[in-house]
Amino acid sequence: MLAALTRRFGDLDVAEEATAEAFAVAVERWPDDGVPPNPGAWLTTTATRRAIDRIRRESRRDEKHQEAEMLRDDDPPEPIGAVEDDRLRLLFTCCHPALALEARLALTLRMVGGLTVPEIARAFLVPETTIGQRITRAKGKIRATRIPYRVPSAADLPARVSGVLAVLYLVFNEGYLASGPGTDPIREDLTAEAIRLARLVHGLLPDDGEATGLLALLLLTEARRPSRLSPDGGLVPLAEQDRGRWDAALIDEGHRLVRARLATGEPPGPYQVLAAINAVHTSATDVAATDWSQIVALYDQLVRLDPSPVVALNRAVAIAELDGPAVALALVDRLGDRLDAYPALHAARADLLRRLDRAAEAREAWDRAIALTGNPAEAAALARRRDGLSAARGA
Amino acid sequence: MRYLVSVIDDGAGRATSDEATAIDAFNDRLQADGHWVFAGGLGSTENATTIDNREGRGLVTDGPFVETKEWLAGFWIIEAADLDEVLALATEGSKACNRKVEVRPFL
Repeated sequence: MLAALTRRFGDLDVAEEATAEAFAVAVERWPDDGVPPNPGAWLTTTATRRAIDRIRRESRRDEKHQEAEMLRDDDPPEPIGAVEDDRLRLLFTCCHPALALEARLALTLRMVGGLTVPEIARAFLVPETTIGQRITRAKGKIRATRIPYRVPSAADLPARVSGVLAVLYLVFNEGYLASGPGTDPIREDLTAEAIRLARLVHGLLPDDGEATGLLALLLLTEARRPSRLSPDGGLVPLAEQDRGRWDAALIDEGHRLVRARLATGEPPGPYQVLAAINAVHTSATDVAATDWSQIVALYDQLVRLDPSPVVALNRAVAIAELDGPAVALALVDRLGDRLDAYPALHAARADLLRRLDRAAEAREAWDRAIALTGNPAEAAALARRRDGLSAARGA
Repeated sequence: MRYLVSVIDDGAGRATSDEATAIDAFNDRLQADGHWVFAGGLGSTENATTIDNREGRGLVTDGPFVETKEWLAGFWIIEAADLDEVLALATEGSKACNRKVEVRPFL
């Protein structure tokens, strides 16, 4: 709906406010008037009227002709596919290279992913005001410099895709480990949206290795979702998940994509390596049967492609399975300065300390991870493991 | 929509004859395709004169308004449909003049 309005009015602010107003009117009227037969169409019509009202008000001052232009709806009724096209167009606008990377991420999560500013702020570990400013500034630049609302030309497409993939990966991650205290721990709307958009981009560029890699990565991660939450709402770590509940169809599709990329013999980018790591995990019947040397080799490859501390942390966790917790802990401690605000670092430390029988330090690290996470299911899982530690000691 | 494409010089000096030839070819294309509004190269900042007549002070100073390591060496004013179109043209312009360029829309 937002994407369709943006295409029609060519202005993100007008589209966004009109959408919000339409929902507000619905909340006010539906309880008394009853829900209309087609709520989606009702919302779109209401939002379109609001947007036209707003443009009328604003254009009275100067650009009368622009008003006439925008009010004239020459478009024929939209076929179903046009909605998908609109989302893709909006995605490319939000991911335009003339915008700073942080602005692209924030804008896409807000406009395409529908996240709130506080949710985006938590996803990036920065203050809400910073995110608000980034979004405002990005919208201002789109308007002032006339960044177009369309899928780029064939010549520009490959270069523009990598920015889109980075954003989709972040949208998926926010859904897979939602950060808001009031939201569900796993937000299927976001993971499904990221997968849907990744399929669209892959369909558009079937030979792009990283577009294929990202889709495979998202499918293989999503496949494990059914076993990720315990009945009490805590997150279940990979090693303890019931692998019989993994989605075999998604795993099969992901494996096929990974094999297709391997068959090309082209050097893989980071998403393809991550997809391969997940393909190894999803090939093992249990954690002990996992080919850890293969996983560490893939992480070595990934560190060369992406020297970020988060990748180094994940590599350290894999090293623990191969070379033991003491070696891994030394690697994790080296990342402490850069990832001090990242709950996964403290959770990984806690787990390694537990395995080294350093219970007091493990408890401290778990407390720190629990204090830092914004996700209630993650907090519950961490608390369970911390308390499991003291129960084991008491026994 | 109109955009200013500023050519930034960081000490390379005047255009070489190869650069001048490439710039001429690029200008011809801008004119043929209807993107051309105006363009020009500027003399060095050494020969700049700064005037400040705010509040009728009538101050005339030898030199540029600010001493920097990068300065404006020339510019194009380009008519383009949107940012993508002008960025593609500016990419060619940067190659032709062998300098960095900056794109900004007119208000």
